[in-house]
Amino acid sequence: MSYRFLYVLFLLTSLWACKNSIHTTSIKGDIIPIDKTINGDPEIIAYIQPYALHLNQTLDSVIAYNPNNLSKKDGKLNTALGNLMADLVMVQANPIFKSRTGNSIDIVLLNQGGIRSGIGKGPVTSRTGFELMPFENEIIVVELSGKKIQEMLTYLEVAKTAHPISGMQIRVDSNFKLKNAMIGGKILDINRSYFVATSDYLQQGGDNMNFFKEPLHIYELDYKLRNAIIDHFMKVDTLKTSTDNRFIQIP
Amino acid sequence: MKRRNFIQQTAATGAFIGLGGLNISLTENPKKHITILHTNDVHSHIEPFGPNDPRNANMGGVARRATLIQQIRNENPNTLLLDAGDIFQGTPYFNFYGGELEFKLMSKLKYDAATIGNHDFDNGLSGLLAQMPHAEFDFITSNYDFSNTILEGHTSPYKIYIRDGVKIGVFGLGVELEGLVTKKLYKETQYLDPVETATEMTRILKQEQKCDIVICLSHLGYEYKTENKISDVVLATKTKDIDLIIGGHTHTFLDKPSILNNLDGKKVMVNQVGCYGINLGRIDFFLDSDKKLNGSGVSINV
Ligand SMILES: [Zn+2]
Repeated sequence: MSYRFLYVLFLLTSLWACKNSIHTTSIKGDIIPIDKTINGDPEIIAYIQPYALHLNQTLDSVIAYNPNNLSKKDGKLNTALGNLMADLVMVQANPIFKSRTGNSIDIVLLNQGGIRSGIGKGPVTSRTGFELMPFENEIIVVELSGKKIQEMLTYLEVAKTAHPISGMQIRVDSNFKLKNAMIGGKILDINRSYFVATSDYLQQGGDNMNFFKEPLHIYELDYKLRNAIIDHFMKVDTLKTSTDNRFIQIP
Repeated sequence: MKRRNFIQQTAATGAFIGLGGLNISLTENPKKHITILHTNDVHSHIEPFGPNDPRNANMGGVARRATLIQQIRNENPNTLLLDAGDIFQGTPYFNFYGGELEFKLMSKLKYDAATIGNHDFDNGLSGLLAQMPHAEFDFITSNYDFSNTILEGHTSPYKIYIRDGVKIGVFGLGVELEGLVTKKLYKETQYLDPVETATEMTRILKQEQKCDIVICLSHLGYEYKTENKISDVVLATKTKDIDLIIGGHTHTFLDKPSILNNLDGKKVMVNQVGCYGINLGRIDFFLDSDKKLNGSGVSINV
Protein backbone atom coordinates (compact mmCIF):
# COMPACT_ATOMS: atom_id res chain seq x y z
CA MET A 1 0.00 0.00 0.00
CA SER A 2 2.54 2.55 1.12
CA TYR A 3 4.93 1.39 -1.58
CA ARG A 4 2.29 2.02 -4.17
CA PHE A 5 1.67 5.42 -2.66
CA LEU A 6 5.35 6.21 -2.74
CA TYR A 7 5.53 5.09 -6.32
CA VAL A 8 2.62 7.35 -7.28
CA LEU A 9 4.20 10.20 -5.40
CA PHE A 10 7.50 9.57 -7.12
CA LEU A 11 5.74 9.56 -10.44
CA LEU A 12 3.98 12.80 -9.64
CA THR A 13 7.06 14.59 -8.36
CA SER A 14 9.17 13.38 -11.22
CA LEU A 15 6.54 14.68 -13.59
CA TRP A 16 6.44 17.92 -11.71
CA ALA A 17 10.18 18.18 -11.79
CA CYS A 18 10.12 17.63 -15.49
CA LYS A 19 7.55 20.35 -16.13
CA ASN A 20 8.73 23.04 -18.47
CA SER A 21 11.96 21.22 -18.89
CA ILE A 22 11.05 18.39 -21.22
CA HIS A 23 11.28 19.62 -24.74
CA THR A 24 11.35 18.25 -28.20
CA THR A 25 14.75 18.20 -29.79
CA SER A 26 13.92 16.44 -33.00
CA ILE A 27 10.94 15.11 -34.91
CA LYS A 28 11.04 12.51 -37.62
CA GLY A 29 8.07 11.89 -39.89
CA ASP A 30 7.41 8.90 -42.09
CA ILE A 31 4.67 7.34 -44.20
CA ILE A 32 4.88 3.55 -44.25
CA PRO A 33 3.11 1.61 -47.02
CA ILE A 34 1.14 -1.42 -45.86
CA ASP A 35 1.85 -3.93 -48.60
CA LYS A 36 2.07 -7.69 -49.05
CA THR A 37 5.59 -7.87 -47.66
CA ILE A 38 3.92 -7.60 -44.23
CA ASN A 39 2.37 -10.83 -42.98
CA GLY A 40 -1.10 -10.38 -41.52
CA ASP A 41 -1.47 -11.00 -37.78
CA PRO A 42 -3.01 -14.52 -37.61
CA GLU A 43 -5.18 -13.62 -34.62
CA ILE A 44 -6.73 -10.70 -36.51
CA ILE A 45 -7.23 -12.81 -39.64
CA ALA A 46 -9.06 -15.45 -37.57
CA TYR A 47 -11.17 -12.77 -35.91
CA ILE A 48 -12.29 -11.32 -39.26
CA GLN A 49 -13.05 -14.70 -40.87
CA PRO A 50 -16.60 -15.40 -39.61
CA TYR A 51 -17.66 -11.85 -40.51
CA ALA A 52 -16.15 -12.25 -43.99
CA LEU A 53 -17.79 -15.61 -44.54
CA HIS A 54 -21.30 -14.40 -43.77
CA LEU A 55 -20.80 -11.27 -45.82
CA ASN A 56 -19.45 -13.02 -48.90
CA GLN A 57 -22.16 -15.68 -48.92
CA THR A 58 -24.79 -12.95 -49.03
CA LEU A 59 -22.99 -10.70 -51.49
CA ASP A 60 -22.02 -13.31 -54.05
CA SER A 61 -25.39 -14.91 -54.63
CA VAL A 62 -26.43 -14.20 -58.24
CA ILE A 63 -29.57 -12.06 -58.56
CA ALA A 64 -29.63 -11.13 -62.26
CA TYR A 65 -27.77 -11.38 -65.57
CA ASN A 66 -26.20 -8.47 -67.44
CA PRO A 67 -25.81 -9.03 -71.23
CA ASN A 68 -23.52 -6.00 -71.91
CA ASN A 69 -20.67 -4.17 -70.20
CA LEU A 70 -22.09 -0.98 -68.74
CA SER A 71 -20.06 2.10 -67.89
CA LYS A 72 -21.17 5.58 -66.88
CA LYS A 73 -18.79 6.95 -69.51
CA ASP A 74 -20.27 5.24 -72.59
CA GLY A 75 -22.46 8.07 -73.84
CA LYS A 76 -22.43 11.83 -74.19
CA LEU A 77 -25.57 13.19 -72.53
CA ASN A 78 -27.18 9.89 -71.58
CA THR A 79 -25.71 6.47 -70.95
CA ALA A 80 -27.18 2.97 -70.73
CA LEU A 81 -26.03 2.69 -67.12
CA GLY A 82 -27.32 6.12 -66.10
CA ASN A 83 -30.67 5.41 -67.79
CA LEU A 84 -30.89 2.09 -65.95
CA MET A 85 -30.28 3.82 -62.62
CA ALA A 86 -32.77 6.65 -63.18
CA ASP A 87 -35.43 4.32 -64.61
CA LEU A 88 -35.11 1.86 -61.76
CA VAL A 89 -35.52 4.66 -59.22
CA MET A 90 -38.72 5.66 -61.04
CA VAL A 91 -40.00 2.07 -61.08
CA GLN A 92 -39.04 1.24 -57.49
CA ALA A 93 -39.90 4.53 -55.79
CA ASN A 94 -43.09 5.55 -57.57
CA PRO A 95 -45.40 2.91 -56.01
CA ILE A 96 -44.18 3.90 -52.53
CA PHE A 97 -44.65 7.60 -53.25
CA LYS A 98 -48.06 7.02 -54.79
CA SER A 99 -49.31 4.92 -51.90
CA ARG A 100 -48.25 7.61 -49.43
CA THR A 101 -49.31 10.77 -51.23
CA GLY A 102 -51.65 9.80 -54.07
CA ASN A 103 -49.31 11.58 -56.48
CA SER A 104 -46.86 10.25 -59.06
CA ILE A 105 -43.20 11.03 -59.58
CA ASP A 106 -42.75 13.16 -62.72
CA ILE A 107 -38.97 13.22 -62.98
CA VAL A 108 -35.94 11.38 -61.61
CA LEU A 109 -32.61 13.19 -61.48
CA LEU A 110 -29.44 11.66 -60.07
CA ASN A 111 -25.82 12.67 -60.61
CA GLN A 112 -23.31 10.96 -62.82
CA GLY A 113 -20.63 11.13 -60.11
CA GLY A 114 -22.91 9.17 -57.82
CA ILE A 115 -22.57 6.04 -59.95
CA ARG A 116 -19.50 4.58 -58.29
CA SER A 117 -18.72 1.70 -60.67
CA GLY A 118 -19.72 0.01 -63.90
CA ILE A 119 -21.48 -3.33 -64.30
CA GLY A 120 -19.51 -6.01 -66.11
CA LYS A 121 -21.15 -8.40 -68.55
CA GLY A 122 -22.23 -11.60 -66.80
CA PRO A 123 -23.86 -12.54 -63.52
CA VAL A 124 -25.01 -9.68 -61.30
CA THR A 125 -24.84 -10.10 -57.53
CA SER A 126 -25.81 -7.99 -54.54
CA ARG A 127 -22.17 -6.96 -54.49
CA THR A 128 -22.84 -5.10 -57.77
CA GLY A 129 -25.40 -3.00 -55.88
CA PHE A 130 -22.84 -2.15 -53.21
CA GLU A 131 -20.26 -1.25 -55.83
CA LEU A 132 -22.66 1.00 -57.74
CA MET A 133 -23.84 2.70 -54.57
CA PRO A 134 -21.48 2.25 -51.62
CA PHE A 135 -23.05 5.12 -49.67
CA GLU A 136 -26.19 5.17 -47.55
CA ASN A 137 -28.06 7.77 -49.58
CA GLU A 138 -31.83 7.63 -49.55
CA ILE A 139 -34.31 8.33 -52.30
CA ILE A 140 -36.40 11.39 -51.58
CA VAL A 141 -39.08 13.15 -53.59
CA VAL A 142 -39.32 16.93 -53.74
CA GLU A 143 -42.10 19.06 -55.12
CA LEU A 144 -40.51 21.78 -57.26
CA SER A 145 -42.10 24.81 -58.91
CA GLY A 146 -41.94 25.09 -62.70
CA LYS A 147 -39.42 27.88 -62.18
CA LYS A 148 -37.11 25.56 -60.24
CA ILE A 149 -37.46 22.97 -62.99
CA GLN A 150 -36.25 25.65 -65.37
CA GLU A 151 -33.23 26.19 -63.11
CA MET A 152 -32.66 22.44 -63.24
CA LEU A 153 -32.67 22.55 -67.03
CA THR A 154 -30.18 25.41 -66.98
CA TYR A 155 -28.00 23.37 -64.63
CA LEU A 156 -28.06 20.40 -67.02
CA GLU A 157 -27.38 22.69 -69.99
CA VAL A 158 -24.27 24.09 -68.27
CA ALA A 159 -23.10 20.73 -66.88
CA LYS A 160 -23.09 19.04 -70.33
CA THR A 161 -22.89 15.79 -68.37
CA ALA A 162 -24.84 12.55 -68.60
CA HIS A 163 -26.56 13.00 -65.25
CA PRO A 164 -29.11 10.17 -65.04
CA ILE A 165 -32.66 11.37 -65.79
CA SER A 166 -36.00 9.67 -66.23
CA GLY A 167 -39.47 10.98 -67.09
CA MET A 168 -38.02 13.90 -69.01
CA GLN A 169 -36.81 14.52 -72.53
CA ILE A 170 -34.32 17.32 -73.17
CA ARG A 171 -32.99 18.63 -76.47
CA VAL A 172 -30.09 21.06 -76.65
CA ASP A 173 -28.54 22.70 -79.69
CA SER A 174 -24.92 22.53 -80.87
CA ASN A 175 -24.00 25.12 -78.19
CA PHE A 176 -25.78 23.11 -75.51
CA LYS A 177 -28.52 25.74 -75.33
CA LEU A 178 -31.89 24.28 -74.42
CA LYS A 179 -34.22 23.80 -77.41
CA ASN A 180 -37.08 22.11 -75.58
CA ALA A 181 -37.93 19.97 -72.60
CA MET A 182 -40.81 17.53 -72.28
CA ILE A 183 -41.97 16.15 -68.96
CA GLY A 184 -44.23 13.12 -69.11
CA GLY A 185 -44.63 13.81 -72.84
CA LYS A 186 -45.78 17.41 -72.30
CA ILE A 187 -43.99 20.75 -72.64
CA LEU A 188 -42.77 22.16 -69.32
CA ASP A 189 -45.52 24.24 -67.69
CA ILE A 190 -43.88 27.00 -65.68
CA ASN A 191 -47.10 27.55 -63.69
CA ARG A 192 -47.39 24.10 -62.17
CA SER A 193 -45.24 22.08 -59.79
CA TYR A 194 -43.54 18.74 -60.40
CA PHE A 195 -42.53 15.80 -58.22
CA VAL A 196 -38.85 14.99 -58.63
CA ALA A 197 -37.17 11.94 -57.12
CA THR A 198 -33.50 12.28 -56.25
CA SER A 199 -31.08 11.39 -53.46
CA ASP A 200 -30.95 13.15 -50.12
CA TYR A 201 -27.33 14.07 -50.95
CA LEU A 202 -28.32 15.99 -54.07
CA GLN A 203 -31.36 17.55 -52.45
CA GLN A 204 -29.08 19.15 -49.89
CA GLY A 205 -27.00 20.85 -52.54
CA GLY A 206 -24.61 18.04 -53.48
CA ASP A 207 -22.98 18.59 -56.89
CA ASN A 208 -24.25 22.19 -56.62
CA MET A 209 -27.79 21.18 -57.53
CA ASN A 210 -29.06 24.24 -55.69
CA PHE A 211 -32.49 24.16 -57.35
CA PHE A 212 -33.28 21.29 -54.97
CA LYS A 213 -32.54 23.28 -51.85
CA GLU A 214 -35.84 24.96 -51.01
CA PRO A 215 -38.58 22.82 -52.50
CA LEU A 216 -42.30 23.28 -51.92
CA HIS A 217 -42.33 19.92 -50.15
CA ILE A 218 -39.95 17.13 -49.23
CA TYR A 219 -41.17 13.55 -49.00
CA GLU A 220 -38.84 11.03 -47.38
CA LEU A 221 -39.37 7.51 -48.64
CA ASP A 222 -37.05 5.76 -46.13
CA TYR A 223 -35.73 3.79 -49.10
CA LYS A 224 -32.01 3.56 -49.73
CA LEU A 225 -30.82 4.01 -53.29
CA ARG A 226 -28.76 0.83 -52.98
CA ASN A 227 -31.75 -1.16 -51.77
CA ALA A 228 -33.74 0.08 -54.74
CA ILE A 229 -30.95 -1.10 -57.06
CA ILE A 230 -30.73 -4.56 -55.45
CA ASP A 231 -34.52 -4.94 -55.27
CA HIS A 232 -34.77 -4.07 -58.94
CA PHE A 233 -32.03 -6.50 -60.00
CA MET A 234 -33.78 -9.27 -58.05
CA LYS A 235 -36.99 -8.49 -59.88
CA VAL A 236 -35.79 -8.24 -63.49
CA ASP A 237 -33.77 -11.40 -64.12
CA THR A 238 -31.92 -9.79 -67.08
CA LEU A 239 -30.83 -6.15 -67.17
CA LYS A 240 -32.28 -4.33 -70.17
CA THR A 241 -31.06 -0.83 -70.91
CA SER A 242 -29.56 1.32 -73.65
CA THR A 243 -28.78 4.89 -74.53
CA ASP A 244 -31.78 6.67 -76.05
CA ASN A 245 -33.04 10.13 -76.92
CA ARG A 246 -33.98 11.37 -73.42
CA PHE A 247 -31.15 13.92 -73.37
CA ILE A 248 -29.61 14.68 -76.73
CA GLN A 249 -27.91 17.37 -78.74
CA ILE A 250 -29.42 18.23 -82.12
CA PRO A 251 -28.01 20.78 -84.54
CA MET B 1 12.49 9.09 -50.64
CA LYS B 2 14.43 12.33 -50.24
CA ARG B 3 14.99 13.37 -46.69
CA ARG B 4 15.06 17.00 -45.83
CA ASN B 5 16.16 18.59 -42.67
CA PHE B 6 14.70 21.70 -41.17
CA ILE B 7 16.10 23.58 -38.25
CA GLN B 8 13.35 25.27 -36.34
CA GLN B 9 14.42 28.63 -35.05
CA THR B 10 12.69 30.65 -32.40
CA ALA B 11 10.58 33.53 -33.60
CA ALA B 12 13.27 36.05 -32.68
CA THR B 13 15.93 34.57 -34.89
CA GLY B 14 13.75 34.58 -37.92
CA ALA B 15 13.82 32.36 -40.93
CA PHE B 16 14.62 28.70 -40.83
CA ILE B 17 17.47 27.12 -42.66
CA GLY B 18 16.71 24.21 -44.91
CA LEU B 19 19.61 21.86 -45.35
CA GLY B 20 18.70 19.77 -48.37
CA GLY B 21 20.14 16.29 -48.24
CA LEU B 22 21.84 16.70 -44.88
CA ASN B 23 20.61 15.00 -41.80
CA ILE B 24 21.60 16.94 -38.74
CA SER B 25 20.21 16.17 -35.35
CA LEU B 26 20.87 18.59 -32.54
CA THR B 27 20.50 15.93 -29.89
CA GLU B 28 23.48 14.03 -28.59
CA ASN B 29 21.52 11.87 -26.20
CA PRO B 30 17.80 11.96 -26.60
CA LYS B 31 16.36 10.96 -23.26
CA LYS B 32 12.80 10.26 -24.31
CA HIS B 33 11.31 8.87 -27.47
CA ILE B 34 7.59 9.04 -28.28
CA THR B 35 6.18 7.42 -31.40
CA ILE B 36 2.86 8.57 -32.86
CA LEU B 37 1.23 6.18 -35.32
CA HIS B 38 -1.78 7.22 -37.31
CA THR B 39 -4.35 6.34 -39.93
CA ASN B 40 -7.20 8.28 -41.55
CA ASP B 41 -10.16 7.54 -43.83
CA VAL B 42 -9.84 3.79 -43.51
CA HIS B 43 -13.48 3.60 -44.67
CA SER B 44 -14.24 0.07 -43.50
CA HIS B 45 -11.35 -1.43 -45.46
CA ILE B 46 -10.89 -4.53 -43.34
CA GLU B 47 -9.31 -6.83 -45.94
CA PRO B 48 -6.41 -5.93 -48.26
CA PHE B 49 -7.23 -4.89 -51.82
CA GLY B 50 -7.25 -7.81 -54.24
CA PRO B 51 -4.51 -8.40 -56.83
CA ASN B 52 -6.72 -7.04 -59.62
CA ASP B 53 -7.61 -3.73 -58.04
CA PRO B 54 -6.78 -1.06 -60.64
CA ARG B 55 -5.35 1.43 -58.16
CA ASN B 56 -4.42 -0.23 -54.90
CA ALA B 57 -3.64 -3.86 -55.78
CA ASN B 58 -2.44 -5.90 -52.77
CA MET B 59 -2.32 -2.87 -50.46
CA GLY B 60 -3.75 -2.36 -46.99
CA GLY B 61 -5.54 -4.77 -44.66
CA VAL B 62 -6.13 -4.54 -40.92
CA ALA B 63 -4.24 -7.79 -40.11
CA ARG B 64 -1.09 -6.47 -41.78
CA ARG B 65 -1.50 -3.14 -40.05
CA ALA B 66 -1.68 -5.04 -36.74
CA THR B 67 1.66 -6.75 -37.47
CA LEU B 68 3.34 -3.48 -38.41
CA ILE B 69 2.02 -1.68 -35.33
CA GLN B 70 3.17 -4.51 -33.06
CA GLN B 71 6.66 -4.39 -34.57
CA ILE B 72 6.85 -0.68 -33.86
CA ARG B 73 5.50 -1.11 -30.32
CA ASN B 74 8.12 -3.79 -29.66
CA GLU B 75 10.74 -1.31 -30.79
CA ASN B 76 9.23 1.56 -28.75
CA PRO B 77 6.48 0.85 -26.21
CA ASN B 78 5.96 4.60 -25.76
CA THR B 79 3.64 4.73 -28.72
CA LEU B 80 0.30 6.40 -29.32
CA LEU B 81 -2.04 5.11 -32.05
CA LEU B 82 -4.54 7.59 -33.49
CA ASP B 83 -7.13 7.80 -36.27
CA ALA B 84 -8.31 11.00 -37.94
CA GLY B 85 -11.85 9.90 -38.80
CA ASP B 86 -13.99 8.34 -41.54
CA ILE B 87 -13.62 4.93 -39.98
CA PHE B 88 -17.02 4.02 -41.42
CA GLN B 89 -18.38 3.50 -44.94
CA GLY B 90 -16.72 2.17 -48.05
CA THR B 91 -17.10 -1.60 -48.01
CA PRO B 92 -20.06 -3.88 -47.30
CA TYR B 93 -18.56 -4.60 -43.86
CA PHE B 94 -20.05 -1.28 -42.79
CA ASN B 95 -23.38 -1.88 -44.50
CA PHE B 96 -23.68 -5.33 -42.96
CA TYR B 97 -22.38 -4.76 -39.46
CA GLY B 98 -22.80 -1.01 -38.98
CA GLY B 99 -19.20 -0.37 -37.92
CA GLU B 100 -19.06 -3.01 -35.21
CA LEU B 101 -16.13 -4.87 -36.78
CA GLU B 102 -14.21 -1.65 -37.48
CA PHE B 103 -14.40 -0.59 -33.81
CA LYS B 104 -13.67 -4.09 -32.50
CA LEU B 105 -10.57 -4.38 -34.66
CA MET B 106 -9.33 -0.90 -33.74
CA SER B 107 -9.73 -1.93 -30.10
CA LYS B 108 -7.72 -5.11 -30.75
CA LEU B 109 -5.01 -3.00 -32.38
CA LYS B 110 -5.11 -0.84 -29.23
CA TYR B 111 -5.96 2.48 -30.80
CA ASP B 112 -5.80 5.23 -28.18
CA ALA B 113 -8.13 7.71 -29.85
CA ALA B 114 -10.02 8.69 -32.98
CA THR B 115 -11.75 11.84 -34.11
CA ILE B 116 -15.09 11.82 -35.91
CA GLY B 117 -15.25 12.15 -39.70
CA ASN B 118 -18.29 13.10 -41.77
CA HIS B 119 -18.89 9.49 -42.84
CA ASP B 120 -18.96 8.38 -39.23
CA PHE B 121 -22.41 10.02 -39.19
CA ASP B 122 -23.63 7.82 -42.06
CA ASN B 123 -25.90 5.74 -39.84
CA GLY B 124 -26.90 8.81 -37.86
CA LEU B 125 -26.00 9.76 -34.31
CA SER B 126 -27.83 6.67 -33.08
CA GLY B 127 -25.84 4.43 -35.46
CA LEU B 128 -22.57 5.84 -34.12
CA LEU B 129 -23.70 5.65 -30.50
CA ALA B 130 -24.82 2.04 -30.96
CA GLN B 131 -21.29 1.00 -31.98
CA MET B 132 -19.45 2.95 -29.28
CA PRO B 133 -19.61 0.08 -26.74
CA HIS B 134 -17.35 -1.85 -29.16
CA ALA B 135 -14.70 0.89 -29.05
CA GLU B 136 -12.07 0.65 -26.33
CA PHE B 137 -10.55 3.97 -27.35
CA ASP B 138 -11.43 7.63 -26.93
CA PHE B 139 -13.48 9.75 -29.33
CA ILE B 140 -11.95 13.20 -29.35
CA THR B 141 -13.73 16.10 -30.99
CA SER B 142 -13.44 19.72 -29.89
CA ASN B 143 -15.58 21.57 -32.42
CA TYR B 144 -18.67 19.36 -32.59
CA ASP B 145 -20.96 20.38 -29.76
CA PHE B 146 -23.11 17.33 -29.07
CA SER B 147 -24.77 18.79 -25.97
CA ASN B 148 -28.28 18.65 -27.46
CA THR B 149 -27.81 15.19 -28.92
CA ILE B 150 -27.65 11.59 -27.75
CA LEU B 151 -23.84 11.68 -28.14
CA GLU B 152 -23.57 14.11 -25.22
CA GLY B 153 -20.95 12.74 -22.82
CA HIS B 154 -19.63 10.13 -25.24
CA THR B 155 -16.82 12.23 -26.70
CA SER B 156 -14.07 14.41 -25.20
CA PRO B 157 -12.89 17.83 -26.39
CA TYR B 158 -9.33 16.76 -25.59
CA LYS B 159 -7.37 14.03 -23.86
CA ILE B 160 -3.97 13.97 -22.28
CA TYR B 161 -1.89 10.83 -22.60
CA ILE B 162 1.28 10.26 -20.60
CA ARG B 163 3.99 8.09 -22.12
CA ASP B 164 7.35 7.80 -20.34
CA GLY B 165 6.49 10.94 -18.37
CA VAL B 166 5.82 12.94 -21.52
CA LYS B 167 2.47 14.72 -21.55
CA ILE B 168 0.80 14.44 -24.94
CA GLY B 169 -2.32 16.56 -25.43
CA VAL B 170 -4.67 15.56 -28.24
CA PHE B 171 -7.67 17.54 -29.49
CA GLY B 172 -9.89 16.94 -32.50
CA LEU B 173 -11.41 19.02 -35.28
CA GLY B 174 -14.23 17.92 -37.57
CA VAL B 175 -15.33 19.24 -40.93
CA GLU B 176 -18.43 21.44 -41.35
CA LEU B 177 -21.39 19.08 -41.67
CA GLU B 178 -23.92 21.35 -43.35
CA GLY B 179 -24.07 20.57 -47.06
CA LEU B 180 -21.91 17.47 -46.56
CA VAL B 181 -24.01 15.29 -44.29
CA THR B 182 -27.79 15.01 -44.25
CA LYS B 183 -29.17 17.05 -41.35
CA LYS B 184 -31.33 14.08 -40.35
CA LEU B 185 -28.12 12.20 -39.55
CA TYR B 186 -26.28 14.81 -37.46
CA LYS B 187 -29.41 16.43 -36.00
CA GLU B 188 -28.62 19.16 -33.43
CA THR B 189 -24.83 18.75 -33.59
CA GLN B 190 -23.31 22.25 -33.56
CA TYR B 191 -20.21 22.91 -35.65
CA LEU B 192 -17.81 25.37 -34.00
CA ASP B 193 -15.16 27.44 -35.73
CA PRO B 194 -11.99 25.31 -36.07
CA VAL B 195 -9.45 28.14 -35.59
CA GLU B 196 -11.23 29.53 -32.52
CA THR B 197 -11.61 26.05 -31.10
CA ALA B 198 -7.96 25.19 -31.77
CA THR B 199 -6.86 28.43 -30.10
CA GLU B 200 -8.84 27.52 -27.00
CA MET B 201 -7.63 23.91 -27.01
CA THR B 202 -3.96 24.86 -27.35
CA ARG B 203 -4.39 27.40 -24.55
CA ILE B 204 -5.70 24.64 -22.30
CA LEU B 205 -3.22 21.99 -23.40
CA LYS B 206 -0.09 24.13 -23.63
CA GLN B 207 -0.59 26.97 -21.14
CA GLU B 208 -2.76 25.33 -18.49
CA GLN B 209 -1.91 21.66 -18.74
CA LYS B 210 1.71 22.21 -19.82
CA CYS B 211 1.66 19.43 -22.37
CA ASP B 212 5.02 18.60 -23.90
CA ILE B 213 3.49 17.64 -27.24
CA VAL B 214 0.21 18.96 -28.68
CA ILE B 215 -1.47 17.03 -31.47
CA CYS B 216 -4.51 18.04 -33.49
CA LEU B 217 -6.47 15.14 -34.96
CA SER B 218 -8.23 16.76 -37.87
CA HIS B 219 -10.85 15.76 -40.38
CA LEU B 220 -10.88 19.22 -41.99
CA GLY B 221 -9.01 18.16 -45.13
CA TYR B 222 -5.42 18.87 -46.15
CA GLU B 223 -5.81 21.85 -48.49
CA TYR B 224 -8.44 23.41 -50.79
CA LYS B 225 -8.22 25.48 -53.93
CA THR B 226 -11.00 27.69 -52.61
CA GLU B 227 -9.33 30.48 -50.73
CA ASN B 228 -10.10 30.83 -47.04
CA LYS B 229 -11.71 27.40 -46.77
CA ILE B 230 -10.39 26.00 -43.54
CA SER B 231 -7.97 23.11 -43.99
CA ASP B 232 -5.00 21.65 -42.14
CA VAL B 233 -2.65 23.91 -44.08
CA VAL B 234 -4.69 27.01 -43.15
CA LEU B 235 -5.10 25.83 -39.56
CA ALA B 236 -1.34 25.34 -39.18
CA THR B 237 -0.64 28.94 -40.16
CA LYS B 238 -3.45 30.49 -38.09
CA THR B 239 -2.66 28.82 -34.76
CA LYS B 240 0.27 28.29 -32.40
CA ASP B 241 1.47 25.65 -29.96
CA ILE B 242 0.42 22.72 -32.17
CA ASP B 243 3.32 20.36 -32.85
CA LEU B 244 1.57 17.97 -35.18
CA ILE B 245 -1.63 18.01 -37.22
CA ILE B 246 -2.79 14.54 -38.25
CA GLY B 247 -5.25 15.05 -41.06
CA GLY B 248 -7.91 13.26 -43.05
CA HIS B 249 -10.98 13.80 -45.25
CA THR B 250 -9.30 14.77 -48.54
CA HIS B 251 -7.67 11.33 -48.94
CA THR B 252 -4.40 13.10 -49.61
CA PHE B 253 -1.37 10.92 -50.30
CA LEU B 254 1.58 13.05 -49.26
CA ASP B 255 5.08 11.98 -50.29
CA LYS B 256 6.23 13.02 -46.86
CA PRO B 257 4.83 15.04 -43.96
CA SER B 258 4.58 18.79 -44.67
CA ILE B 259 6.27 21.43 -42.56
CA LEU B 260 4.54 24.80 -42.21
CA ASN B 261 5.06 27.97 -40.19
CA ASN B 262 2.59 28.75 -37.43
CA LEU B 263 1.51 32.15 -36.06
CA ASP B 264 4.72 32.36 -34.03
CA GLY B 265 6.88 31.44 -36.99
CA LYS B 266 7.50 28.01 -35.51
CA LYS B 267 7.29 24.81 -37.49
CA VAL B 268 4.20 22.63 -37.48
CA MET B 269 4.19 19.20 -39.02
CA VAL B 270 1.09 18.19 -41.01
CA ASN B 271 0.66 14.60 -42.09
CA GLN B 272 -2.05 12.61 -43.85
CA VAL B 273 -1.70 9.07 -45.17
CA GLY B 274 -4.20 8.87 -48.01
CA CYS B 275 -7.02 6.45 -47.26
CA TYR B 276 -8.27 2.85 -46.95
CA GLY B 277 -5.49 1.73 -44.60
CA ILE B 278 -2.97 1.74 -47.43
CA ASN B 279 -0.37 3.54 -45.32
CA LEU B 280 0.52 4.02 -41.69
CA GLY B 281 1.84 7.39 -40.56
CA ARG B 282 4.72 7.37 -38.12
CA ILE B 283 6.01 10.44 -36.31
CA ASP B 284 8.87 10.08 -33.82
CA PHE B 285 9.42 12.76 -31.21
CA PHE B 286 12.80 12.79 -29.49
CA LEU B 287 12.73 14.80 -26.29
CA ASP B 288 15.35 16.03 -23.91
CA SER B 289 14.85 16.94 -20.29
CA ASP B 290 17.39 19.69 -19.78
CA LYS B 291 16.37 23.33 -19.64
CA LYS B 292 17.75 24.82 -22.85
CA LEU B 293 14.26 25.26 -24.28
CA ASN B 294 14.82 28.73 -25.67
CA GLY B 295 17.40 29.40 -28.26
CA SER B 296 17.88 25.83 -29.32
CA GLY B 297 16.17 24.51 -32.41
CA VAL B 298 14.14 21.47 -33.20
CA SER B 299 15.40 19.47 -36.10
CA ILE B 300 12.66 18.02 -38.25
CA ASN B 301 13.38 15.14 -40.58
CA VAL B 302 10.83 14.13 -43.15
ZN1 LIG C 1 -13.08 9.98 -46.16
